[in-house]
Formats: sequence, C-alpha cells, structure tokens
Amino acid sequence: MKLTVWTYEGPPHVGAMRVATAMKGLHYVLHAPQGDTYADLLFTMIERRDHRPPVSYTTFQARDLGSDTAQLFQDACCDAYARFKPEAIIVGASCTAELIQDDPGGLSELMGLPVPVIPLELPSYQRKENFGADETFFQIVRTLAKPCERTARISCNILGPAALGFRHRDDITELTAMLHEIGIDVNVVAPMGATPSDIARLGAAHFNILLYPETAESAARWLKREFDQPHTTIVPIGVTATRDFLAELATLTGLPCRAGEERLRLPWYAQSVDSTYLTGKRVFIFGDATHVRAAAYIARDEMGFEVAGMGCYNREFARGIRALAREFGVEALITDDYLEVEQTIEALQPEMILGTQMERHIGKRLGIPCAVISAPVHVQDFPARYSPQVGFEGANVIFDTWVHPLVMGLEEHLLHMFREDFEFHDAAGPSHHGAAATPETPRAPASAGDVIWLDAAERELKKIPFFVRGKARRNTETFAQSKDLREISVDTLYEAKAHYAR
Amino acid sequence: MSAPGLAPSSGCRNTPVLKQRGQREVFCGLTSIIWLHRKMQDAFFLIVGSRTCAHLLQSAAGVMIFAEPRFATAILEEGDLAGMNDAHDELDREVARLLERRPGIRQLFLVGSCPSEVIKLDLARAAERLTQIHAPRVRVLNYSGSGIETTFTQGEDTCLASMVPVLPKTDRRELLVIGALPDVVEDQMLGLLSGLGIENVRCLPARGVESGVAVGPNTVFALTQPFLSDTCAALERRGARHIAAPFPFGADGTTAWLRAIAQEFGIGADRFAAVTDAPRKRAERAVAQAAQDLAGRSVFFFPDSQLEIPLARFLTRECGMTAIEVGSPYIHDAIHGPDLDLLEAGPMISEGQDVDLQLDRARAARPDLTVCGLGLANPLEAEGLTTKWAIELVFTPVHFYEQAGDLAGLFSRPLRRKGLIAGLSPRLRAAE
Repeated sequence: MKLTVWTYEGPPHVGAMRVATAMKGLHYVLHAPQGDTYADLLFTMIERRDHRPPVSYTTFQARDLGSDTAQLFQDACCDAYARFKPEAIIVGASCTAELIQDDPGGLSELMGLPVPVIPLELPSYQRKENFGADETFFQIVRTLAKPCERTARISCNILGPAALGFRHRDDITELTAMLHEIGIDVNVVAPMGATPSDIARLGAAHFNILLYPETAESAARWLKREFDQPHTTIVPIGVTATRDFLAELATLTGLPCRAGEERLRLPWYAQSVDSTYLTGKRVFIFGDATHVRAAAYIARDEMGFEVAGMGCYNREFARGIRALAREFGVEALITDDYLEVEQTIEALQPEMILGTQMERHIGKRLGIPCAVISAPVHVQDFPARYSPQVGFEGANVIFDTWVHPLVMGLEEHLLHMFREDFEFHDAAGPSHHGAAATPETPRAPASAGDVIWLDAAERELKKIPFFVRGKARRNTETFAQSKDLREISVDTLYEAKAHYAR
Repeated sequence: MSAPGLAPSSGCRNTPVLKQRGQREVFCGLTSIIWLHRKMQDAFFLIVGSRTCAHLLQSAAGVMIFAEPRFATAILEEGDLAGMNDAHDELDREVARLLERRPGIRQLFLVGSCPSEVIKLDLARAAERLTQIHAPRVRVLNYSGSGIETTFTQGEDTCLASMVPVLPKTDRRELLVIGALPDVVEDQMLGLLSGLGIENVRCLPARGVESGVAVGPNTVFALTQPFLSDTCAALERRGARHIAAPFPFGADGTTAWLRAIAQEFGIGADRFAAVTDAPRKRAERAVAQAAQDLAGRSVFFFPDSQLEIPLARFLTRECGMTAIEVGSPYIHDAIHGPDLDLLEAGPMISEGQDVDLQLDRARAARPDLTVCGLGLANPLEAEGLTTKWAIELVFTPVHFYEQAGDLAGLFSRPLRRKGLIAGLSPRLRAAE
C-alpha cells in the first residue's frame, strides 16, 4: 500500500479513454463499477469537449456481483454497438473489474460483432495512465493497420496526440503547417481525430513523426518493424529542437527541409536587453519526460537560465531523464510522490519552477513563480487562444509563458530603486500574484543547522527583494558553513554576495 | 403521511415509479468525503482503494486537493492483492505513519472502495484492531464509499451510520439534527430552533468528536438531507424516533420542516409565527425575485444526489416551474414521502438509470432546464439544452430561509446567462 493524495497519472483505463475520446468512430466498452464514469468529466470539463466520451460502462453494483457480471458486460457491448455503430470497439476492465476476472476480450470474441473488437490488457495495479494510452494505441494500430502502398508525394503520420494532452490540439496545427511549408503531406494524425479506417491506412505514409513518445512509442516501433516506416526521434519543442527536427526530416526525406523563421521571436526577445535579468535564473523542471527534456534545453540554451534540477513522474522514461540530468550536471528526480518533489524544490530554492499543475501549487505555497509545461494540467491550460508548444510559434508561446511569472527586468529594477516606497514595499509582491501573495515561507530567524542570523543581518536580508531573497539566504548560509562561521552578520551577507557574484 | 400545515395536492406519492437499470452516470460514495472532511474538523478519511479512487478524489476535489486536506488513499498494489494478512500489516503501518504525521486527528475513517470490497479486505476488523492500538487518542471507524454499494451522497449516509452504534447512550429527551450542513446554515438552524424554545439540540455529524452527541429511546431526530436512510435505520435501532417532514428547501419547505419539529415539541402557533414570520417573508421575497426567470419553465432532473425530489418540489411550488421528469438514484418512502406528497402530479418519477435511454427522453422533451452531472452538462449544452450542474447543490449553502433566494438563483442563473449570450452562437440560435 502506498499513501497518496495527489497522483500525477490516473489509472491505465483513463489512458485508454484518452485514446478512444481522441478518435472518431471508435467505441470503448469498459467493464467498471458504478462511479467510474467520473472520468467523463475530465473530458467534458477540463478539455471542455462538447460531446460525451465514446465510452460505455457496465456500471455493475454490489447486487450484480453474485449473479452474472459477464452477461452485463455482453449486454453493454451489444447496446453500444447498436446505438453508436462504431467502426471498431475496444474492450477492457477497470481496476475493480480486473479483480472479478470476467475477461472482456474472451467475452466479446464470443459475441461475433460485425466490427473488429480489440481487447486491452491494462494492469491497473502496476501501470498508469500513460502506459494505458500507449498500450491502447499500440493495440489499435496492431489490429487495424494494413500494409498499403506509399503515397506518391512524401507524407508522414503524426503519432501521439490524444485527448487531455497538454496543447496537443495546437501542436498538430503548428506542426502540420510547418510540414506543409516544406512540402511534406500529413497522411494521418492519430489517435487525435483519426477513425479506425484512418488507422488502416497508416502504412501509406513514408515515415512517422513520433510527437509524444509517452502515448505512441510502442505504435511507432511496431510500424517501423512491420511497415518499415522510420520515425523521428526529436520532439520539435524549442528553437534548436525545431531546427534539429527539420534536419532530421531532411535526412529522412531527402527534401531541403527549411521552414521560414520570419515569425520566430524567441531569439530576439531573449537577446533584447530587458531579458538580461533572466541570466542565470535558477529553474527546477518537472513533468512528463518529453516536456522536461525539451524545457531543459530551452531553459539553458535559449533563455540563459541555470537548470538547478530536473525530473519526471513517468518511470518508463527514467533512463533518458537520468542521462539528461547527468549532461546538465544535476541529479534526476524520478518520482510520482509530490512530497518528494516539494522537498527537492524546498532544498534547491530555485527562482522559478517549470512543472505541472502540482508544481504550480507547490510554487504558490513556497512563493516561487511557476509556469506549467506538462500534463497533468487544469482547465486553464486548455486555453481558447492558439497556444502550441511545438515549432517556432510554440517557441514564442513558451517565451511569454515562462517570462510572465517572473518579474520582468524593468519592474525588477524599479522594485530595487523604490523598495522603501509604499507601493513597492517589501511585502507587496508582484502585482500578478495578487494581494494575498505570501512572498516567503515563514522561517525561524535562526536556521540552517548551527548558523545563526544576527538581527542586523536578518534586517538587511529583508531589504533584498523577496524574489531573490530565498537565493540570497541560501547562498549566505552555504557560504557561512563553508567558512565554518557560526553567525551571519551584515558583513557575512555581503561577503557571500561578492563570492557568488555573477 | 402528509406534511403538517401544508395542504397536500394530488401529490406524487402513489405515482408509479419508472425503475431502470443500465449504465449509471453517477459518482460513487467516496466523493462525499470532500465535504464531510470539511465539516468534521478532527477526522481523517483514509480510502483503501486503487489509483482510480485517488484519481476520482483528485478530480472531484479540484483545487481543494492542494490544501493539505484530511483525506488520502492507501493505494493497493500488486503485492497487497496476493496475500490478505500482508494487506492488514501494510494498513497498520500506513495508519501509524499517518497518525504520527497528523497529531490533531481524533477520528479516523477507513473508507472501503470497490477494490477493497471485491477482495473482501475486512476493514471492519481492521478498524477494531486499530482502535485498540491507537486508543484513547484516536477512534477508528469503517464504512463503505464504494461505487458498487453507494451513489454520491450515500457516502455521507454510510459514514454517519457507522458512527451511530458508537454514540454514547442517553435517556434525555433530545433533538438530533442529521446531515452535514455548512456551518453558517447550521448556526441559522440552531438559532431558529432555540427561538422556538427547543434547547437540547445536537447535530450529527458534529464538528468534533467530543460534541456530546448521544442517542437513546427518548431521542427524536430530523433529517436535513434526503439521502440518510441507513443512518435513519441505525438511529431507529437505538430507539430514536424519526420526525417525518419535507426537506428545508425554500420558504415553504423550511416552514414545514420547522413546523413538524414544533409540533413534536408542542410549541404553540403564536410562538411559531413570532419566530418564523419575518424570515419566511424575507425568504419569499428573495425567492420571488430570483424566480422571475423560472416561472413557466420546465425542468428535468437526472439522478445524482437524492436531493432531486425535494428540489423539484421547491421549483414547482415556489418558483412556478413544471417538472417533466424527476430522477433520483434511490427513493425511500419514509424519507422522500412528505416531499412527494407536495409535488403536484404530472412529472415522471424515475429511480435508477439507463443513461442513454434517459438522454433520449430528455432530448425528446427538450426541457428549459436540465439538472445533471458534469459528464453530461457540456454535451447537453452543445445540443442546445440549458443545464444546471447538480454537484453544486451539494457544496453550496442552500438550506433554510436565508439561502432560499440563493437556491432559486442557482437555477435561474443558467437561464439568464443563455438569454444574455444568445446572440453569440449559431448553435444556440438553432436551438430556440
């Protein structure tokens, strides 16, 4: 047993729902107890979908358990087929139904429905949502994709976009436009928007773009093996990644893959003098592996931040993130326990967090600005406006998103100049945090083991704007410890400041 | 029996009830933890379940999940499914860790889920054992919030029912008011009852474990929520007597509820009028104002919380609406009867659900307002129906006089909104 309040990922059948809901003409019959329909509202509320997810639940109750839950399942299958007339059906069990062992696969096979029925084995007590999505998509592809002739023009499939995916909707638009510009057709986008008959013609593409490895890696590998379709290995999030991705496309296709950069603003914005204040901002990055990898490179190489730590919650990709962390000279945090993430953030005292909805709240509690870069996300991260992450427009979006929570250079300068002024006083905080902002976790005046802050030093520390105060406190304490100092005076504070000056 | 003081109309009590089985689009009882833990300030709710249970709580609790809430899930892992004894050791260890970390906890509820019940994990025995280990500081109780046994608000019922057997015994004549209400509403209710001269009033659930709630043969109890049938039965088993009444929604409902209690305690008509006249008139004025957009409109209830019947009674009698269908997950004659008596004949009364068939009925009837869960609300809006999502009715203060206007406002707001933004969408125009 493991005690949990937050979960980064839902159970694997929610991953299967994400694939089913993304697709059209597919129906999911889920053997599940009454109550599991709660997952519908993730799609109708968070993603604001205007239709019910294509999922039929058996919703068995206690009184059904003694009798025939298997019959209930078969009835649900029949009803779903009769009502929705899908091109294909996927069937599976949720965690409770897994325990009663009705075998949806076998049961549905006996029914002889006139459409393909794809059984899913999703081990609920071992695996999680992303596995569920990846495995479901893989089974759908494996069952439905047929060998077919390649298209005359060079074309590709975009694999991975799913329901409840972070910015998947706009990423597809951005990527498709970029491909169009360089003369590559999109054969099928899947699972998002694809029908089972679209899945059947995946083989017509010349290669695959593996946009989100979390949801489509197994399918991409299978297509490579069975249909000899290579797939891309770079996810085009960030300026450099996008350029590298284009180079990878050139290798795959032989086309001169150049995309116009007229609308790309990140490089100039990052270069403009107002961004100087971003230099060396210490960021902590957490999320799914794909977005963390992309964010780490953008943070270091395109924004001039210092990556203070990174990690991911999906263990399937732990090895890659560990290697990446080594490359950045930091320790990787692979965990799905938010308390561990919180502890790490507290210890590192970064000036900014790039994370998920969970980290946004950790940041709020610790008074550290945060931008959301990865699922799980809440309703505000399914915006009405166009906000991709991939490609050059994605880079523009990322620049804005990451910089907004930080106090911009000019504002920071003003805060310094007028910090005794009533409007810019110490506790006011940046305007976008609202009046209720708690600039700093309350700490005892004496802290950090044996090091004691003298009153004058503590007062001097208060004069430092709150958004760098955490760093100043930490640096000073580390400095004092390294010099074996027992007390921190005003002098120690400034000696430390000089020592760490950049 | 009919409610005292209100003339029964033709009523719906004997209307044949449409009972359907099929896919149910409802929450399980675990969801009730979200408001129960706010009410019981020294209690912790530990679900023994799967990742699905944790995910449900997270999805339903929204931002509340980030505020160090007093609930959590002990997620069963593969190892726990292999051998039962092991699971008990694991549970003991997790509980010890939890209680060490949260020293303020005085009551711990082990909440059963579908997985824990299907593998027949004996949480009742675990609760007994853990009570012995952690006595006297912490009392450990057990109840089921599983989807296979409970629907949404029924989780509060099974929780409260689990507390009844361990309440101290008393022979005093006391009034127990049953059902978790927001503190502000509870205080208003206590004020009204004390105005009537009824002093020995206790509430279940109480805000803390040392509340002095006791039960015995001279106890009478009234329900403020219609989903408390198990608790009702558990109290009756201990000799307490139920005061049947319509539920205190709206001016009429509140008056009828108070009158049933006043009669039980022999309070004179003068005193009753002196206490209730002013707030009743205030409530009537507020309802009349908020109900302007509701009069003459039709309403359709999908089953959700068992609040549907009393709310339909309020909307039809006090706001001038017409009910098309009133769906409830469960209907108990002793509890819902007084409200059914006051609900004018006409609407279909349905118990249980086959959601696709019920959606067909709603589409055919095209009600002006559809009360339903969040899984159905946006899809129905997209089809041109106006919806009021039902869960809000459980979280928002809606009982008694001062909230009557707000209650009507919850239903009129979606209709007003539809009118305000009607120019925007071709889809909305087409639906007219």
